[in-house]
Amino acid sequence: MVILPLTLKEATAHARGKKLLGPVSLKLDGAGITMVIGPNGAGKTTLLRLMHGLQRRSGGVVEWAVPERAARQKQSYVFQSPIMMRRRVLDSIAYPLRLRGISKAKAHAKAQQVAARFGLAELLDSWAPRLSGGEKQKLALARALITDPEILFLDEPCANLDGRATREIEEILRMAQAAGTKIVMSTHNMGQALRLADDILFLLGGKIHEQSAAEPFFQNPKTKEATAFINGDIVE
Amino acid sequence: MSEIAKGFWEAWGLILSLDPDLYEIIFLSLQVTVTAVIIASAIGLPLGAWLAVNRFKFRRYVIAVLNALMGLPPVVVGLFVYMMLSRAGPLGGFGLLFSPSAMIIAQVIIVTPLIASISHQTLRDLWAEYHDLLISFNATRSQRIRALLWDGRRALLTAMLAGFGRAIGEVGAIMIVGGNIDHATRVLTTAIALETGKGNFAFAMGLGMVLITLAVLVNLLIHTLSKTEQASTW
Repeated sequence: MVILPLTLKEATAHARGKKLLGPVSLKLDGAGITMVIGPNGAGKTTLLRLMHGLQRRSGGVVEWAVPERAARQKQSYVFQSPIMMRRRVLDSIAYPLRLRGISKAKAHAKAQQVAARFGLAELLDSWAPRLSGGEKQKLALARALITDPEILFLDEPCANLDGRATREIEEILRMAQAAGTKIVMSTHNMGQALRLADDILFLLGGKIHEQSAAEPFFQNPKTKEATAFINGDIVE
Repeated sequence: MSEIAKGFWEAWGLILSLDPDLYEIIFLSLQVTVTAVIIASAIGLPLGAWLAVNRFKFRRYVIAVLNALMGLPPVVVGLFVYMMLSRAGPLGGFGLLFSPSAMIIAQVIIVTPLIASISHQTLRDLWAEYHDLLISFNATRSQRIRALLWDGRRALLTAMLAGFGRAIGEVGAIMIVGGNIDHATRVLTTAIALETGKGNFAFAMGLGMVLITLAVLVNLLIHTLSKTEQASTW
């Protein structure tokens, strides 16, 4: 079952009468890493949550190639501050499989494989909430990828991590991308966007200000706001 | 002071000599209370979790009523259960009045709101933490409730122990529906009330100490078995 493309048509999101996003129209298809960038309050998190179904849309259309219920089974989300269940690492990674009715033995076997790939093999018996920031984010990624999603949303997954942990996360993301997972990720880190992005969504004031492949965006941005943002100037 | 000391030693004498009457009362107290707490937990814990994850009209009022029911007067519960179980009552045909079963029913009614309310408050906070994650995982409503109950199990133990504390010390309702019948429905609290009425303050005091010791021991046992208050757990 293929759930992409994801199409947004004039999609908007409001909270308590205040517009958070939109109208936004876009189409996500194929593999690769789409990087969502923009200043604080531009709507990056809201856009990711809207696409994943965590944010209710107030208008427009958010449409997958299959019915939404089926599409939910093939997507995962990693939060900026990883939410750690009060369980051991092994049980935490296996949890999404257990929710899908897979037996404990099979879920644990796959969780062990995934944990080994992500450098968590030594921590399987540790309590998840007691891990370091980098380990928590790796666990969150392992938990998100154990179901082999077709698309993975990440909301600034390296925001609070040091260089080493960031490099490890980026390697995991490259592995996931190589395995065929479409990645949609927000970041504040221009260096990370340059390293990872295949294409860019530049948001400003809750709208897509510029959308293009990564290389032309960084080499020849079309708008002065994008130019300023790339140069590290303050953009409001 | 000498009265208290006398009661204390008298009680110890009964405990150490394995007095059958005393142990019968202790075991019946535990049997009634533990059964009531298990039944009340089976109702109250899922109810607390359900209230934590569901949004519906009048939810706020349901929670307010539940909180108010924590202070349910035991004597009124006893009277209500008595009327239900008496021969003229709707459940009179079961012949449960003045039996341990009637005492369990009364205690379940008293303890369930307490367990449900405390567990709701605990699980509401956990739900706020887990909400986005479980929605993202596409967890069904029952899967969400199960996740909260499992991950919050150590905190929920507090709710169960609060229920145990309320039930083991309860006297008004079980006196009415149990009748404090010797070798049948006499438990520690009703025995204390009886001995105090008879002027046997020393013995009543001794029973009181047994009751307090029992409550502390059960709490310690549960905490030890569930490994709470340890460095690596919650």
